[in-house]
Formats: sequence, structure tokens, C-alpha cells
Amino acid sequence: MKVKTIRMKRRDFLKSTTFAAAGTLFVPAFMKPFEALALDQLSSYKNLVVVQLSGGNDGLNTLVPYGNDLYYQQRKSIAIAPQSVIRLDEMQGLNPNLSALKELYDQGWMSIINDVGYPNPDRSHFRSMDIWQTASDSSQYLSTGWIGRYLDANCETCKFPYTAIEVDDSLSLAMKGNTKKGIALKDAGTLYRNTNEPFFREMIRREKEHLDEDNLGYLYKTLIETSSSAAYIQETSKLYTPLFTYPASGFANQLKTVSKFINSGLKTKVYYVSLSGFDTHVNQNQQQGRLLQQYAEGMNAFVKDLHQHHKLEDTLVITFSEFGRRVSQNASNGTDHGTANNMFIFGGRLKKQGIYNTAPDLANLENGDLKFKVDFREVYGTILDKWLDVNNSDILNKRFNTMDFI
Amino acid sequence: MDRKDNFVRIKHLYNRAGFGISYTELHKLSKNRIDTVVARLFDSPAVATNLNTVTTAEYEAQQLKLAALNGKKDLAPAEKQEREAITKARNVKSRELNIGWMHQMIVTEHPLLEKITLFWHGHFACRSNNPFFSQELNNIQRQYALGSFRTLLIAVSQTPAMLGYLNNQQNRKSRPNENFARELMELFTLGRGNYTEMDIKEAARAFTGWSYNNTGQFVFNLKVHDEREKTFFGHTGNFDGEAIIDKILGRPETALFICRKLYVFFVNDTPNETHVAELATEFYKQQYNITAVLIKLFTAEWFYSAANIGNKIKSPTELLVGLSRSFNVTYHNPQVLIRLQTSLGQYLFNPPNVAGWGGGKNWIDSSSLMLRLKIPSLILNDGILDFDGKADPEDEALIALSSNPKPKPVKSSINASTNWISFLASLPKYMKQTELAAFLLQPVVDIKIQDLVEKNSNLKNTAIAVTSMPEYQLC
Repeated sequence: MKVKTIRMKRRDFLKSTTFAAAGTLFVPAFMKPFEALALDQLSSYKNLVVVQLSGGNDGLNTLVPYGNDLYYQQRKSIAIAPQSVIRLDEMQGLNPNLSALKELYDQGWMSIINDVGYPNPDRSHFRSMDIWQTASDSSQYLSTGWIGRYLDANCETCKFPYTAIEVDDSLSLAMKGNTKKGIALKDAGTLYRNTNEPFFREMIRREKEHLDEDNLGYLYKTLIETSSSAAYIQETSKLYTPLFTYPASGFANQLKTVSKFINSGLKTKVYYVSLSGFDTHVNQNQQQGRLLQQYAEGMNAFVKDLHQHHKLEDTLVITFSEFGRRVSQNASNGTDHGTANNMFIFGGRLKKQGIYNTAPDLANLENGDLKFKVDFREVYGTILDKWLDVNNSDILNKRFNTMDFI
Repeated sequence: MDRKDNFVRIKHLYNRAGFGISYTELHKLSKNRIDTVVARLFDSPAVATNLNTVTTAEYEAQQLKLAALNGKKDLAPAEKQEREAITKARNVKSRELNIGWMHQMIVTEHPLLEKITLFWHGHFACRSNNPFFSQELNNIQRQYALGSFRTLLIAVSQTPAMLGYLNNQQNRKSRPNENFARELMELFTLGRGNYTEMDIKEAARAFTGWSYNNTGQFVFNLKVHDEREKTFFGHTGNFDGEAIIDKILGRPETALFICRKLYVFFVNDTPNETHVAELATEFYKQQYNITAVLIKLFTAEWFYSAANIGNKIKSPTELLVGLSRSFNVTYHNPQVLIRLQTSLGQYLFNPPNVAGWGGGKNWIDSSSLMLRLKIPSLILNDGILDFDGKADPEDEALIALSSNPKPKPVKSSINASTNWISFLASLPKYMKQTELAAFLLQPVVDIKIQDLVEKNSNLKNTAIAVTSMPEYQLC
């Protein structure tokens, strides 16, 4: 038997072995013993929430380098005025539409990493998003995602079909592994109703022989797992009533669904949500401003909700976009595809709060684009090693250094 | 070989080489020997079946406008709008092109030709924001789909769509761009491990000058072509693009690579290297004649072995086209086909990257499987599709403004009609429920399915039930 370094505390270990015995089919029947466990024992189960901003969010107008003249020189009509910026230090501050984040920042629940990217950056949406989701090199094409490969690792706490949930109708590449995949659902009730249709229940009920067969078995296995996961998720979360009022946006709703799952004690480890519309080639400020506000207000409710349920210490949220945008504005009051970008991290147990590293160097660019200082796979690697308790080199196909934001 | 066995074989052949077969035709063909049926598949139709969603006139008119606009330094607001209008018009045409091809696959009388075009569409994966270029590439793939692979390869490589997608416009003597050469060798011919980085660099130099002009014609731009000597595969000479291609085809590894892909597409997700080698030998011997290798594939005994029948997960295109053909479906709102493609993960003309679509188990996850299982009842039973795809910021803004915090799912009716009369008329008069199940499915109909369908009083209900089973996802 391979000896793994287990960083879990003893009670976590006991908890997960109890659950392993419960099996994976028709979980609700086996879930009953869980209700007997005290609630606080369920709380030290770490969660990761990945927030994807699709389209290439302009990092320089998000975390504004108001202390750098070059910023104002390169963006004569779209730079955020210094007096509007919500100052975080002498060099950088937040876009005013992110005002709802200030509270979280002041509480020490935020860390912002500057200049995250990768060598030989690709400026195509599809390509760069694939690179971020698969954690590949710029010239590699991988068909599995980093969270999917985490699921493949089949560790004690990541082997259930509902270990990773994406709040959406379809599953992103990030969540697809070789043998395991996450589950995509917009709403627990809807998925439960869909899988619970009498016809599908009947197909599952009568199914005994095919599970070993290659593709037919794979289809039935997926159907059964989806069905039992849907039942488990619905059973566990249906009685939960939120304490917080979330703002009215699709994004906030996704976070509300995630908080419902976390707060009701779902044994899910990874959640994935997204907000799109950041491809601001034309008239950037209005469109980006609106989206940043949705982001900030949603995050504000989410983080405070988790805090109130004593879950924030065990939750880590990371935000990324497939690339940042060019330093100079273009001729349409917008910006074009760029390279390195910042990442916003949230959690109740961050080791290094506030701005993690130095502001982007606007004087030393690569073809008008920011040079990256942190490889995004170091961020993933840190999370895989320290938060998800797996060996990052197994998942990322080579070993990456870890950082100390957690 | 009795008629019943022949039934299973021909059904299998048509599922793989085409998009399925009607009962009437299956009954008719089952009288013949399998190699006669295979030969018939290759009969070409009297009329050419090119897509013509974007006419040459439309394309040329747009090009003229764009040339005028792109020549200016600063555009007046009206001119900016004109350029935006062209982009919008192109997006509309791109969707129409997609629907046009879906429709053609659904009604075609030459299913093999469309199926092999679909194979090349995935093999030579490409994206273009100019629908005229995408259409041209598709028609070229169709035109040369069953002929010489060399002709197909060169024709495809010289299309504006492919030259643009692989950045060969930027490949010049002074500053070579390797993307085209790399993908040509890695993905279109040899596969990884069969060439060196030096080979790629030298090949890139040979392809300098391969570009296209303002009217979308291939031009060999001598000015930017590197005419010095290149060393490729250990030989030195003044090689141009075609010479490089000939050297690549001279390698039997190329035949092996293509045949392995053909095997995975037509036979089994897991390639049997012995069978692949058989095909490759034939392919190479016949100077890369595609018809020759396909006939060898479709007449091989192993093609009809139990291991290869009824065990392949249908691609989204096969699922949608097959269902639509079998039941003679008319889509009153054809746009729904685009939503279905994107939800299932195969949006034609929009491969995820230059490696194409993965296929096999990659098509399946919890949500795509649930959708696949529901699609037949939704299409055949006039249902509602409760599905709204990935978030759109405009939708979100609207929702944010509305007083109701719960976002309304965008309900989209499939709005399709099934010709049940013609479907039922194609079946034998006293067909039993279990017989219909055996006809519609490729995997063996087991006791469970027999029990389920025997309860039905009419064949329509059986058809809807059977197509909603996981077994229907396989062919």
C-alpha cells in the first residue's frame, strides 16, 4: 500500500472512511448515519471555488495602477481617474465598481496576485482558455482539465461523482478527466427531476449486467452516478434556507447555489462558476464596469454568507480570466487581447492578505503587453498541494513551485 | 450468410458509413451480398451537392466594401457601422452555413459522401470568421473526399480558411511562422514523433509564399518565398511546399496515421493495430486512394465482428442527423440545431481547436448524457427544451434589472414535426414491439428492453421509448 502524506486531521480521516463505506449508489439511504454526526464535524472539509471571468478581463482597469503615470499616458480616455480609485496601497487601487469588495479586503479575506500568466502566451480566447483549463504549456493540446485530473487522482476526498460541481448547463473542459468528470447543474431540483423521470428510473432499476461493458457500461455508469448524485445533492441541500439576500444577477445566483451546497454540508470539494462578457474591444468602461459590479456584489454576499455559517475558513475562492488586455487603449475606447493578468483570491485563512506582489511594470513590456511574473500553474500547484491534499506534479504533469498565499 | 445476419451487417455498415438506414431500404438491400452493397454506397449522385449558403457575388461585394474601408486611416461613424454590419452579416451567414450542412446531411441520398466529408471536417479542423472561406473548405473536402489524399491535402492546405487559421499569411522568408508546417505534420499527416523540430523549421521555409489575395484565391507570393536550400528528412534540396508534401506522403507513417484515424472514426474507439496496419498497407500501395482504403475497411471480416458492432458512442452530429433521417423530422425553427450542437459539444465549423473533436467517451458527461437521453422525446414528441446554454452578459444585465431575483430559464421550443405516417408505413405490417426495438438499436436487445417495450400498445410509443434509452446512443 502506497503511503500518502495525509495532512488531514484524525477526525477528517474518520469522517471520510465512514463515507467511503457508504458506497456510491443511491446514497440517500446511506446518508442517514450522517445526520447523527454533529454539525461542526462537517465544517472542516475544505472547499475550492473557481470563478472564471470569460472574455479576457482588463486587469489594469480592475486593479488600477493609479500611482503610475504610464497608465494614464497609455489610456487617455479610458483610464480610471485617480480620485475615483478605491486605494489599497500607494500604487494600486480598485475600480470603483468593485466597491463591494473593499469590506472583504479590509477584513483580510482577500489577496490579489499581480502578473499571472505563462510563457509564450496565446491571445486567442479558445486557445488561452483551454490552456488555463487544462493547465497545459502554450504549445500543448491536452484533452483533460486540471480539476478533471484531480478527480482522476481518486484520492480519499475526491472520489465521489459529485466531488466537483459546475453551476451551469454544460461541463467545462477544466472539469473533465480521463476517467472521471465533474457534474454540471444549474439547479439541484431540476437535475433531480430530470434524472428522476419514471422512464430513467426504470432504466436504472433494471440495469445489472452492462456495467462492465465498455461504452454501454460507461453510459449506464454515468447515468447511475448522475442520478444518485442528483438525489444526494437534492436531499442534502433542499432544506437549507439562505440567511443572506443575494443581488439579482445570474452570477450571484450561481454563487448562491454554491453557498447553499457548501452550507448544507455537501461533500463536494470543488465548485466552478463563470461570468462572461469581458471581451471589451469597444467602449470598455461601461461594459466592464457593469460586470465588475455584478462580480463584486455577488462575491460580497457570498463571502459574508460563508463567514456567517463558519465556512469561510475552509473555503478558498480564486478568480481568473483567460488573459488580460493590452496596456494601451485602442481607437474604439476599448482594449485588445493581451497577456498577464491579476488573480483575486478570497478565503478566511489566507496567509498573505492584501496585494501579494508588486504592481505590473508598465515600462518593460513585451510588444505592448505585460510580462508575466507568476506562472498560473504555480497558483494551481499551491492549491493542489496545500488545499486539496494531492501531489501537484501528478495533476500538472510536472512539479510546480508553490506560493504562500495559503 | 442468411438474410437476418445480412440485416445486422448492412444496418451496421449504414450506421458507420452513413447516418443509418430506413427499414424499407434495409429490407431491399438485404437480398444482396455485402460487397455489392458496399460498392453501391460509393455510387456518386447525378447532381453535385456543394453548399451554397454564401454566394460568390455576396462574398465579392463584401470584399469590395471592406477593401475600401480598410484602406482608410480613420473611419467616420457611418463607415464604422458599415464594417460592423459586415461582421454581423457574416455571423448570420455562418449560422446559416452550419444549418445548411446539417440539412444536407439529413436529406442526402449519398450518405457516405457526407459522412466522409464529416471525417475530413474533423481531421482538417479549422475555424474562420469568414463563412465564404468555411464553405469553400467544406466543399473542397467534399469534392476530394473519396479521391486521392494527396490532392485533398494540397487543396485543403491552399484554402484561405486553412492558410488564415494556421497563420501562413504571416510566414515569410525574413520571419518564418512555423504553425502551418507544424500542424500539417503533427495533425494532418505524420503524427507526433515522426519528424524533428528541424524538419518543421525547414518545412516552414518551404511553405513561405503560400497565401491568398483579396478575392480569396490562392497565390504563390514569390517575393516572400524562401528559395534557398532546405534539409528535410535528411535530404537537401530546393524544396517548395508541394515537394515537402510529397516527401511526407512518401513516409508509410503517414498512411498509418491516417488509417488509424479512419479506424477510430469508422470502427472502434480503440484502434486494433493489426487491422490499422492492413489498411495502411493498402492505402500506401494504392497511392493514398481514399476509396480503395474505405472499400477495404467496409469489406473486412473484422469490421463486422461482434466487438465492433453497436459499441461506438454516436457523435452529436450522428445522433442528431440519424434521428432526423430515421423519423423524417422537419425543424420549423432550424436555429435550434445550433443550440443542440453547442449543448452536446460538437458545433460544426467550430472545432474546439486544431486537433478537432476528441470523440468517444469525451462526448459524455452527466449533463450531456441527460440531454442526449431527452433529445429524442423532445424532437419526436414536440417537447420543450428547458436549456439556455452558457451565460450571456446581456441576459444577465436584463435579469439584474428585473424585479424577480430568480432568473427565468430561457425556454426554447424545439418546434419540430415528425412524419410518423411515413415512418410507420416503412415498417412491416405486423411488426412486433420487440422487433422494432431490434431494428432501431444496434446493441443487442436484452430481456430488460424486451420486457419494457412489450408493454406498449403501439409502435410509436416503442420508438420514442427505445430512442430514449442509453442503448440508442450507440451505433
